[in-house]
Amino acid sequence: MDHPAATATARPAPVDFDVDSEQYHHWRVTFDGPVARLAMTVDPASPLREGYELKLNSYDLGVDIELADVIRRMRFEHPEVRVVMLTSGTDRVFCAGANINMLGLSTHAWKVNFCKFTNETRCEIEEATKSSNQVYLAACNGTTAGGGYELALACEEIYLQDDGNSAVSLPEVPLLGVLPGTGGLTRLVDKRMVRRDRADVFSTTAEGMRGKKAVAWGLVDAVYPRSKFEEKTAERAKAWVAKASKDLAPGERKGVKLPALAPEVDETGRRYKYVTLAYDTSARTASLTIQAPTQADVDIVKKGVDAIYAAGAELWALRVYRELDDALLHLRVNHYDLGLILVRAVGDAQLTLDHDAALVSVKDQHWFVREVLLHMGRVLRRMDNTSRSFFALGDGGTAFAGNLAELAFAADRFYVLDDPDQPVKIGLSEFNEGGLPMHNGRTRLQTRFIGEPETLEALIGMRELLDPEPADDAGLVTMVFDDIDWEDDIRIAIEERVSLSPDALTGMEQNLRFAGPESPESKIYARLTAWQNWIFIRPNATGPEGALTLYGRPERPQFDWNRV
Amino acid sequence: MTTTVDLQSKIPNNVGLSDDPKLQRALERWLPNYLEWWHDMGPTDFEDKPVYLRTAISVERGGWANYEHVRMPDYRWGIFLTPRDGDPTLKCGDDVGAPAWLDVPGEHRNALRRIIVTQADTEPASVEQQRLLGHSAPSLYDLRNLFQVNVEEGRHLWAMVYLLHKHFGRDGRDEADELLQRRSGDVDKPRILQAFNQPCDHWLSFFSFTMFTDRDGKFQLGALAESGFDPLARTTQFMLTEEAHHLFVGETGLGRIIQRSAELEKQDPNGDVRAQGGIDFDLIQRTINYWYTYSLDLFGGEISSNASNFFASGLKGRFHEGRFEDHKAIVGEYALKVVENGKLVVRDVPLRNAMNEILRDSYVTDCERAMAKWNKILVEFGSPRRLTLPSRRFHRHQGIYQGHFFNPAGEFISEEVFREHEPQWLLVPEDNDYLLSIMKPCYEPGKFANWIAPPRKGINSQPGEFEYVRL
Ligand SMILES: [Fe+2]
Ligand SMILES: [Fe+2]
Repeated sequence: MDHPAATATARPAPVDFDVDSEQYHHWRVTFDGPVARLAMTVDPASPLREGYELKLNSYDLGVDIELADVIRRMRFEHPEVRVVMLTSGTDRVFCAGANINMLGLSTHAWKVNFCKFTNETRCEIEEATKSSNQVYLAACNGTTAGGGYELALACEEIYLQDDGNSAVSLPEVPLLGVLPGTGGLTRLVDKRMVRRDRADVFSTTAEGMRGKKAVAWGLVDAVYPRSKFEEKTAERAKAWVAKASKDLAPGERKGVKLPALAPEVDETGRRYKYVTLAYDTSARTASLTIQAPTQADVDIVKKGVDAIYAAGAELWALRVYRELDDALLHLRVNHYDLGLILVRAVGDAQLTLDHDAALVSVKDQHWFVREVLLHMGRVLRRMDNTSRSFFALGDGGTAFAGNLAELAFAADRFYVLDDPDQPVKIGLSEFNEGGLPMHNGRTRLQTRFIGEPETLEALIGMRELLDPEPADDAGLVTMVFDDIDWEDDIRIAIEERVSLSPDALTGMEQNLRFAGPESPESKIYARLTAWQNWIFIRPNATGPEGALTLYGRPERPQFDWNRV
Repeated sequence: MTTTVDLQSKIPNNVGLSDDPKLQRALERWLPNYLEWWHDMGPTDFEDKPVYLRTAISVERGGWANYEHVRMPDYRWGIFLTPRDGDPTLKCGDDVGAPAWLDVPGEHRNALRRIIVTQADTEPASVEQQRLLGHSAPSLYDLRNLFQVNVEEGRHLWAMVYLLHKHFGRDGRDEADELLQRRSGDVDKPRILQAFNQPCDHWLSFFSFTMFTDRDGKFQLGALAESGFDPLARTTQFMLTEEAHHLFVGETGLGRIIQRSAELEKQDPNGDVRAQGGIDFDLIQRTINYWYTYSLDLFGGEISSNASNFFASGLKGRFHEGRFEDHKAIVGEYALKVVENGKLVVRDVPLRNAMNEILRDSYVTDCERAMAKWNKILVEFGSPRRLTLPSRRFHRHQGIYQGHFFNPAGEFISEEVFREHEPQWLLVPEDNDYLLSIMKPCYEPGKFANWIAPPRKGINSQPGEFEYVRL
């Protein structure tokens, strides 16, 4: 079939992730003390790409980029908010899920990246609920279908309007021949613990379920009649405000504004204050360089929470990770062709360790510090989930220490130069032992040393800097090259890597990065998304006679009945 | 507790009810709830009055038209399928010509249930909407027609509930129960479709409702009569015979009002119909605009994948599918006027996706025919006035024109202009006040209220003085 998004416009305008919070197209945010109301009001005429209309509060990447922005700003700019009531400002429909025409028009890569981003956003909703005392509640005041129900599932509780019509549903399998791929299946059984046989019935009933049955089956937490819906959900919000106000992190609940990052951008790359992303299109690689904290940055943190709070969005630990986040998202969506990312953290390793020690020492003293750390964790998880090869290159001038060493442990390989003329130091801080977990809830070192508990044990509490050889002995480095070999070996490693099948590499990396137990979150990425991505390329979904291809068209799908 | 024997005598049928214990059990449970619903939500205050009603007691020739005076709660709501000769086949879609389904195919179970529930929901809804009208009837003849329509809508509910009980297992029974729980106009438990939640509190609206909204029913039933699910096709075919009477009540009712208004216009020295206690033509036009457009909404979205799926799988055809040549409709397009960037442009839509619009076309044509007839009455009675049907884009709450503003001629206008003219185009509260002020009951046999002309002939050829309802 013809995919206009892929073929008609060879290179559409790059997607921008740094949106202006004053000008949301699709969301209305209003505040009433500790309760924020987040109303989905998707503008059908403002899709991110041409060729489809966002009817019935259906969403595309543009809608979700705004949602992610709302969630992030809610934490930093509105720390007074305890409950976010997610609802719809569109008549009779809460949310109809991902826009099907958009999916039909999109390339496989676009679909996959879209789903990944929406999944990350849903996980951020859950993290805010769990870790930031900002509880998301879903007030489903109309049809709640597919991705719409998955969005509600990411909330702590779901309330459905009982009007004889409004239903929650996951119609993907019966109608589209694909999965509810934004965590729906996982959250049904793993989070809401709906019985698997009931989940099976529900997920194959296109019209879904409503009223008392939806409550009895655990699909929603309560149903309220239309005339009482506002009142009842407001009561729930009030109750949740009380619950979420316990054990609050200290600090005056006054927000910290997140201004635009405003990087310098041209066709060779993106230059932020601390992060530089440079493309080498002919080599199919990019260099991602991260500037370690300076003495001045460390001094601010050492002064304590007041100085940290005063630094606000300019605080190194916040700014650098915001920039890294933006760079990763750009790579994912705007640069499919750059398969290998060469990561360098540059600066002073000892300063980085000092920085980390100072920051960790005040982590429980202010909500803002806590948010900064949670944000760092999210960005690193975004990196874990990015389907590119990452090589961390520890050559002269680099500072893979503490939180920046996590970049090396998140990478697929970590090469280090051993040259007395250009000394390289590697070191660990408390951040490597906790606080920046992977999606499976474990640290990157725990995952790395799953088969060598004694190696991990030896590293716990170690705070001195290591030279390349001892770092290698400690298991922190993939390979050490001396100055004679470095250039050639690195060149060959890069050339070899970019010659391999990108699909096989994505699959391999995603399997190797997440050793150890699973969590519901990791299942969403590893199991649900992986199956979805397979289904997306199967003829039964996207072949000329596939269900997704033909949805909305006059022809009916023809399935290949063989199980694979 | 109803016994099986009671059930047999109470429910005339040709579906083998006496040999179907499963169906008997389901209906035994449902019948008391139905009667309770009828008592609560059916016509008020006339339960003990004998009404000259027509009851269908068999599918034989003439079996559907038995007249006698009965009290409404004693009406025998039957279950009938139009008989078939030969083996039925699919009338449309990819597998046209293949054997029709005598039972629900699993693949289409949910879609069929939805189709049936949506149709079924309209039947009790209209009874609820009309429950107070008996108190302002313009004659015993009209009162009887109202009640006839009401009991037949009740029977249509029975017909649909039969399908749900017989073919859809426990889900079907649950849906049948819910049909008795929703209420027209209730904020919390509204009826499914919007037109069935609009108030219908005077006879001008009643006639418009039976003219325009029941006429949607005619076309929906007609399309379902082409269904590959044979029990549904046969049920709806039988319902169409009754529906024809509802349309007759509406079309002739409005015709009689138009005739009377023309007479009063002539009578009055200033041609002022209202001065003579009649219903002026502007008000009639506003009522037509209102009910016609709400009824247009009932056909669903102009571009619809549901409609396409229903047609493709043979669940729902076009009106008189047999008159079309190509029953697959897989090639070909429908030229549809759509709104793009604030302009109306013609776009080609795949034929199957335009099935709702095609059905709406048949409906519009039928309404235009009635309109021509009324204008002929105006000519005949010497009125210079002519009535019109507004554009199908005007005042829509569903589909691609929803959210845009058009005048009755179908031209794009701003919301401001629309709001300014709204009182001239659509019913306003003062209209209701006026209509209620002139609609005093007229229960004397053979007499008619001032604002409506008598019919040309009586029901079942009864004379003018006939006591259709014994009060
Ligand atoms: Fe009916
Ligand atoms: Fe009817």
